Amino acid sequence: MSISVNHISKSYKSIQALQDISFNVNEGELFGLIGPDGAGKTTLFRILTTLLIADTGQASVAGYDVIKDYKAIRNCVGYMPGKFSLYQDLTVEENLEFFATIFKTTIEANYHLIKDIYVQIEPFKNRRAGKLSGGMKQKLALCCALIHKPKVLFLDEPTTGVDPVSRKEFWDMLKRLQQKGITILVSTPYMDEAALCDRVAFIQNGELLEIGTPKNIVKEYSKKLYNVKSDNMYQLIDNLNTFKYTHSAYPFGEFVHYTDTRDDFDIKKLHSYLKDKGLHNITIEITNPTIEDTFMALAK
Amino acid sequence: MSEIKHVIEATDLTKQFGDFKAVNAISFNVKKGEIFGFLGANGAGKTTAMKMLIGISNPTSGAANVAGFDVFTQAESIKKNIGYMSQKFALYDDLTVKENITFFGGIYGLSRATLKQKINALIEELELHDIADNLVGALPLGWKQKLAFSVALLHNPKIVFLDEPTGGVDPITRRQFWEMIYKAAHEGTTIFVTTHYMDEAEYCDRVSIMVNGKIEALNTPKKLKEQFKVTSMNDVFLKLARG
Repeated sequence: MSISVNHISKSYKSIQALQDISFNVNEGELFGLIGPDGAGKTTLFRILTTLLIADTGQASVAGYDVIKDYKAIRNCVGYMPGKFSLYQDLTVEENLEFFATIFKTTIEANYHLIKDIYVQIEPFKNRRAGKLSGGMKQKLALCCALIHKPKVLFLDEPTTGVDPVSRKEFWDMLKRLQQKGITILVSTPYMDEAALCDRVAFIQNGELLEIGTPKNIVKEYSKKLYNVKSDNMYQLIDNLNTFKYTHSAYPFGEFVHYTDTRDDFDIKKLHSYLKDKGLHNITIEITNPTIEDTFMALAK
Repeated sequence: MSEIKHVIEATDLTKQFGDFKAVNAISFNVKKGEIFGFLGANGAGKTTAMKMLIGISNPTSGAANVAGFDVFTQAESIKKNIGYMSQKFALYDDLTVKENITFFGGIYGLSRATLKQKINALIEELELHDIADNLVGALPLGWKQKLAFSVALLHNPKIVFLDEPTGGVDPITRRQFWEMIYKAAHEGTTIFVTTHYMDEAEYCDRVSIMVNGKIEALNTPKKLKEQFKVTSMNDVFLKLARG
C-alpha cells in the first residue's frame, strides 16, 4: 500500500473541510481525487504531505506515518501544489538545481525521470521562473517535484485553467511517470480526466461520495439516461426543468441529458410534450452515462 | 449608427509587443444576443484580444467597434456599456454580498432607488437571503461566480465579457451558470465567453478558435465539427490548436 488514509477528519473553525475520509492507493497506481473547488482536496494533500495535522484519524504514505515519520515522508514524496510555488526570481535551471541540492542529489542523477519534460523548457533555462508562461511554469514545477526521485507524487490540480491540448499532453506525461514505478495521487475538477485514472475517488463538501475504477463507477449509474435535442436549447432546458416527471435535466454539449421519475417512461409522450411547447427538430435517444453524469447523480 | 446589428466588429485587429504579434490581424463580428465562444490554447492571444475589446489596451493597428463605440477613441464609453467578469477578478472577498452589489452598482452609476430594487431582486433570484450579509470570500466558488455574473449585468450592459467564468466550478453549478447565460442572451444581452471546457463550447451559437494570434476557425459548433470531420468540439480543438 502506497497511501493509506483512515478516518481522517479536519475542520477549520466552523467549517468541516474533511469528514471521516478513508481510502487506500496501491503502489504504482494513478489515483484521481475528483471534485470541485472547495471539496477538501487541498486539505487532504496537505495532511498527506505532512504540512497539516488532521484533527482525528491516521494516514501513512510509503509506509510512513504522517505524524511520527513526517521527516521520512518529506524525503520520499514529490508535491506540486495548486498554486505556483517555485522561486520566481530564480531561473529555470537554478530552481531545479536548488531542489536537487535540498534533497542531496543532483540533476544528473535523476535526469532520466525528468528528461521528457525538461527538454521542453530547456531552451528557457536561463529565464526567471516568474517570467514563464503558465504551461512552462507547470512543467518546471513538475520537474522540481520529481528531481529527487520520489516514491509518491502528489499533484494538486495540475491542469486547472489549462487548455485541452496541454491537458492531454500533461496526462500523457503522467502515464509515462507511472510506468517508471511512481505512485501518483492527482486531483482535478475536470471530470473527463477521471477516465484516465486507474481508480478515482469522488469528493464533495469534505466527504467521499464514491471510490472505484472509472468503469465500475459508471456502471453504478442506475437510471436510464436520454439525449434530448431540439432547435432551441434555452427553451428546451426551461421546458424540461418545469416538466413534472423530470428527475434530472443537465445540458451536455449539444444535448440535454434527461432522466425521468417514472419506471414506464415513454419517449413518445415526452416528445409530444416538447412539441406542444413549440419546439422543433426534437430528438430523444437513450445514451450511456459518463463519469460526469455519475458525479452529478451522487452529488445531487 | 441607428440600429447596431453587430455589437462587436473587429477588422485586422493587431497587438504587437516588440517583434511579437500577440494578436495578428483578427477580423470577426458578433451579433446582438449571440453567445460567442472565444477559444484558444493558453498563450494563443485570447486575453490580449479581449483587453483591446474592453477598452483597456490600445491596439497597435486595425479597427474595432464595441457596443457602438470605437476602441481607439471611445474606450471610456465602451467600459460603461459592457460587463466583465473573470475567474481571477470578479468580486471583493472582504466585502459582503450586499456590499459588493452596492459597490459595483455605484461604480456603474445606478441611482439609490434602482440599486435597492436590484439588490432585492438579485438576492431573491439567487436565493441568497441567508447569506446576504456574509463576506463573499466565505462563499463556495460556484455561488461567487453566479453572483459575479449577476453583478456584471447590473447596469444592463449590451455585452458581457466572461473570461473563464467556470474554471474549477462543480458540474452542477457550472450548468446552472450556463442556464443564466442562456437567459441573459435570450433577453438580448450579447455574451462573449472564453472557456477550457469543450462541452461549454457546444453551448455557444458560434465559436472562434485562436492559434498563435490568429483566428483559425470561426463557425457554429455543428459546422466546425463537420468541417473537421469529428464528433465533438474537444476533437476540433485538439486538431486545430496545435496544428
